[in-house]
Amino acid sequence: MNDELAFLAMTALAIARALPVTVLLSVAGALGSSGLAGVLVVAQATRLGRPIAQLWIFVFRGTPLLLQMFMVYYGLAALGPIRHGPLWPAFREPVFCAWLALTCCCSAYIAEVLRAALAAIPKGQIEAALACGMSRWTRVRRIIAPQMLRLALPAYGNELVMLIKSTSLASTITVVDVTGVAQLVIAHSYRTLEVFCLAAAVYLGLTAGLTALLRRLEAKLMEGPRR
Amino acid sequence: MGEDSPAIVLLGFGAEGWGRALIAGAGLTLMVALAAMAIGTVLGAMLTAAQASRWRGLARLATVYGLVLRGVPELLVVLLLYFGAPGLLAWVAALFGLPSPGSPPAFLTGSLAIGLVSAAYQAEVFRGGLIAVPSGQIEAAMAAGMGPVKRFRRIIAPQVLHRVLPPLGNIWQFNLKDSALVSITGLAELMRTSLVAAGSTRRPFLFFVAAMVLYLVLTSASSALFRMLERRGQRWAGPA
Repeated sequence: MNDELAFLAMTALAIARALPVTVLLSVAGALGSSGLAGVLVVAQATRLGRPIAQLWIFVFRGTPLLLQMFMVYYGLAALGPIRHGPLWPAFREPVFCAWLALTCCCSAYIAEVLRAALAAIPKGQIEAALACGMSRWTRVRRIIAPQMLRLALPAYGNELVMLIKSTSLASTITVVDVTGVAQLVIAHSYRTLEVFCLAAAVYLGLTAGLTALLRRLEAKLMEGPRR
Repeated sequence: MGEDSPAIVLLGFGAEGWGRALIAGAGLTLMVALAAMAIGTVLGAMLTAAQASRWRGLARLATVYGLVLRGVPELLVVLLLYFGAPGLLAWVAALFGLPSPGSPPAFLTGSLAIGLVSAAYQAEVFRGGLIAVPSGQIEAAMAAGMGPVKRFRRIIAPQVLHRVLPPLGNIWQFNLKDSALVSITGLAELMRTSLVAAGSTRRPFLFFVAAMVLYLVLTSASSALFRMLERRGQRWAGPA
């Protein structure tokens, strides 16, 4: 019994030590993919960018993230320009590669969410804004962005939850995150269930925390226009 | 071996080519995803029924199952089953006084893991679809003396099926991509095959691109199929 408790405490400690990696990947991934998704949405409005953005979304939504991770970490490393180029110090780091793959993959999903929100804004409003003589920037700031935020938030939140879960794939390219530590501990102790339950609890806590946060934000945004 | 061979030979169907293995891998990926989808549909329907059940405990259990399986990474579920299944099997066998049967086949644990997650998502879809049927219609069908099977076939299915088809298509796409996670169990599906090929020829870029193309074929073919079904479904459903 005492042994069991000591083992659980030690595992919990090891997982807690790996938690910053998972959180860092999640936050950096969320920032990177949201920014890139914004670029993709803007690019879709231009003649030249449209096919590129669509191809990007098609490829990254149509292939597994695991394959994308391996592509970035092992596949790109085999190419001369990467291997011997100035970017090699970055591509040598598994954490960077995991972040890059996460960012590219999630940007495609988030871009689709943003595009749907943009399409849901009635055309008449844009026309009215034009008729009022608003410049493009004012239009985006006053009419489009606030409504997009409200329309996209639920689906955007789902994508962020997916992103947190997806960070676990980083463990497959040797990043020692929460899942990576769980695997290491199991390899040493052969106690599968307890270790996985601890790791699962961490992810559940992260996703539940994010969901609660988003729900509060949603409620706040909803009461905005009624005041 | 193969380090200097041109790409066309490596991807071809000759003695040195990996074409056949990759196609077979894609086929296995499809099978894993299909099995997972089927497991998910059966279990998901059971979860939906449990959530609507009169027994509070059962309903709560189904809700908790959904929350947990949707909040935990799929990779963790795959790993848990992969590492945990032999021990579980040995434990069950010991209950019956049998020797440990060893590890179950990778295909089974893999598709079960993806299916368990899929069930949690599918249950949500079914629940959403059921809400679309007014309870008055169910009551009317009961009053008309229809049994549960007839009720499902005549009243629920026609109204719910075309509504759940688009979200089920999404889940199918996720199953297809999640099946790549099964590669860690050593099952020679598309992801694993491309890894093995990349390792033995030392041309990872080439083989990962090939695998990506095959995954894109699978995902875009199935999205075309679902679009076709959706159009059919709209016709069955009549004018909205």
